[in-house]
Amino acid sequence: MSKQEKGESVLSPYRILDLTDEKGLYCGQLLGNLGADVIKIEKPGGDPVRNIAPFFHDIPDPEKSLYWFAFNTNKRGVTLDIEMVDGRELFKKLVKTADVIIESFPPGYMDELGLGYAELEKINPRIVMTSITPFGQTGPCCDYKASDLVCWATSGLLFVTGDPDKPPVHVSHIPLAFLLGGMDGAWSTTIALYWRRTSGEGQHIDVAIQDSASKTAWMIHERWEVTGKEFERGSSRYGVPNSEVVLRMVWPARDGHIMYMLITGLFGVAESQRLVKWLDDEGMADDFLRGIDWTTLDWINMSREEADRIQDYFARFFQAKTKTELLEGAIKRRIMLQPINTPRDIAEHPQLEARDYWQKVDHTDLGVTLRYPSRFCLLSDAPCNIWRRAPLIGEHNREIYQKELGLSSEELVALKQAGII
Amino acid sequence: MANKALEGVNVVAFILGITGPLTTAILASYGAQVLRIESRTRIEWHRQAGPFVGNVSQPDRSAAYLFVNSGVYGVTLNLKHPRAMEVMTKITKWADVVVDNFAGGVMKRMGMGYEDLKKIKPDIIMLSAAIYGQTGPYADIPGHGGTLTALTGLPNITGFTDQKPQFPGFTITDFIAPRANVLAIVAALDYRQRTGKGLYIDAAQMESVIPLMTPVLLEYEANGKEAERMGNRTAYAAPHGVYQCKGDNRWCTICVYDTNEWERFCMVVGKPAWKESTEFGTLIDRLKNVDKLDSLIEEWTMEHSPEEVVSLVRSAGIAAGIVQNGQDLDNDPQLQHRHFYWELDHPEIGKFTYSGMPAMLSKTPYEIRRAPMLGEHNEYVCTELLGISDEEFAQLISDGVLE
Repeated sequence: MSKQEKGESVLSPYRILDLTDEKGLYCGQLLGNLGADVIKIEKPGGDPVRNIAPFFHDIPDPEKSLYWFAFNTNKRGVTLDIEMVDGRELFKKLVKTADVIIESFPPGYMDELGLGYAELEKINPRIVMTSITPFGQTGPCCDYKASDLVCWATSGLLFVTGDPDKPPVHVSHIPLAFLLGGMDGAWSTTIALYWRRTSGEGQHIDVAIQDSASKTAWMIHERWEVTGKEFERGSSRYGVPNSEVVLRMVWPARDGHIMYMLITGLFGVAESQRLVKWLDDEGMADDFLRGIDWTTLDWINMSREEADRIQDYFARFFQAKTKTELLEGAIKRRIMLQPINTPRDIAEHPQLEARDYWQKVDHTDLGVTLRYPSRFCLLSDAPCNIWRRAPLIGEHNREIYQKELGLSSEELVALKQAGII
Repeated sequence: MANKALEGVNVVAFILGITGPLTTAILASYGAQVLRIESRTRIEWHRQAGPFVGNVSQPDRSAAYLFVNSGVYGVTLNLKHPRAMEVMTKITKWADVVVDNFAGGVMKRMGMGYEDLKKIKPDIIMLSAAIYGQTGPYADIPGHGGTLTALTGLPNITGFTDQKPQFPGFTITDFIAPRANVLAIVAALDYRQRTGKGLYIDAAQMESVIPLMTPVLLEYEANGKEAERMGNRTAYAAPHGVYQCKGDNRWCTICVYDTNEWERFCMVVGKPAWKESTEFGTLIDRLKNVDKLDSLIEEWTMEHSPEEVVSLVRSAGIAAGIVQNGQDLDNDPQLQHRHFYWELDHPEIGKFTYSGMPAMLSKTPYEIRRAPMLGEHNEYVCTELLGISDEEFAQLISDGVLE
């Protein structure tokens, strides 16, 4: 695999056991990006996440889930049924060799198996256990089920996403709340590892995805607290407070959409003037538009019709141009306008190309090489990258159970036949 | 006193907006000492944005600033002053970590690039979170959370099919990038403990957010298909949506994933016949007739408050939740149980409530402390942390080095 080698990196000394489902997968992947040895532990037969679409060439197959590929790179994979006695014993052996366990089972599940933090701490006092669940380990709602949509609902952000005359709408159909929970699991795990360097002790981390999403809900609680008012729903537009004026944020271009916000007040004057100049240079302004004094313009003193009349000039201008034409002009004229990129736009983005962002990953079993986003940050003297595609079901059973834990091949066969691995 | 996981970690921050401040607020909550360098002559926009506590427009009262700057020390240093570098040198020697989120190259032009700071403190860790990163043709292009959100393509998969692309929370990326930043910084601190070496982290915000879009990018890469908006639905479960409830602008979410859940759900809404019906009996039926199913469910939810609906559906072991507004968040028993909101006194403005952290560490609990007033900690930082004498400090003030 091209430039795919695992180099010494910032988290190389650490071994992570990853028991998560889609609520926590991203956590282990991020730690793996930074060099940690992450072992994904799946149920015999494969993790249910392998059933999540999209699939390679649209073929529904547990070895072809692109969703699985996306969040399991750099992990080695073993199968293990921790609900069976032999499985538990094998898991405990792994725990002795590990630094971190990440799990996203319902609260209490690991305790029932005798694998809760209190038990595992006795086996390995330095172990850090990171639990990622919708509502946390304790409390009146901790046992309730939740989907990504439910996490966003309870966070406050769903309430304001969408249009005022339509229902609230999901914060994308990628499970972003789950991914944020995974990110919060990852950084908090490194904080616990850092503290372990001086204290010598592990600890239990309790991440609640509702809190992860709430931490992302911009000013929803704060605004209510300070003003007693709720936000109006509107995430492609901006209602100017104390006025009937609605400013557009999302504008159709000839080949898609762009985002542009007419920033008012001192910060926006020069930029608005530059935008009008641009329209003028291209023959799309008239005396009315040229005559607007942006230094004194205040939307609050305007009717909705007056504000729309101004915005319609920009709407006509944007609609006449492609996203690329608009971006290039905006950069030249120092206007903060941005095309809303499609996957293709991102795949072809010149900045990502120039920074060598994409990582080719060989999927020899599928006979293809796929390009992945390689990293979440660029470190000066250590890699943050992908060196391994997501594991196949039980791909590293022999490597880990036999070579590393010293099981005999007879034992391995027995465990396989008994459905434990 | 409880243990602080990041006790002894010193951070200096040249930050604005949300991405930089949220990064350092997280570090501060777990025990790092963070100096936020600000200017009194060019007051940061978030201090001017409001809404203002007590409806008084004043830089220490802006909720937009307060909510994301908890726990840091406020220092007003005039970086344009010829003697600013003297203070900066002292700060750099004190610091373990430097964080900035200016456009690419700005810190370098101010003489505070990684190479400059490394000369003063060889094992310094520096993280720069520019939108596009420090290199490449777009590096010095400024932007904000809105432009970055557009850049990542997220709005194209947010919204109903007949709706324009939607920007969740205006600038959701402002809240994603800080998580990646904290991870990189703490991992670098761990590395430095082991090796004695510092690091430079070019944390291009674009690159820290795009990995979350990997399934969509792989779908394009492998299948040539570009994902589109699909509202509240999902391809593999129905019902899966947001439903209007009794009351003004009241909504709930309900997500039913398997046959057992579906059968229990039919009982909850009092429609046992749905289980056997040709329209809704199987998942494939429900997906085919999802419009009708959703409107029938909404007939039921409209008769109840979201609290009633969610309580009934949850007690049947099905995922559901109230679409909470600001007041609901305040009353949420689970958030209260986790002590998520911190109402803190402020000597000038009275009380302000901060949101807490999503990760609770059993042996090293986090703590939220209030956000600073402009220049509030100038004296403390100079005389207590940097070892500047009282006379020298007075001189720095009268010379206008500290504003």
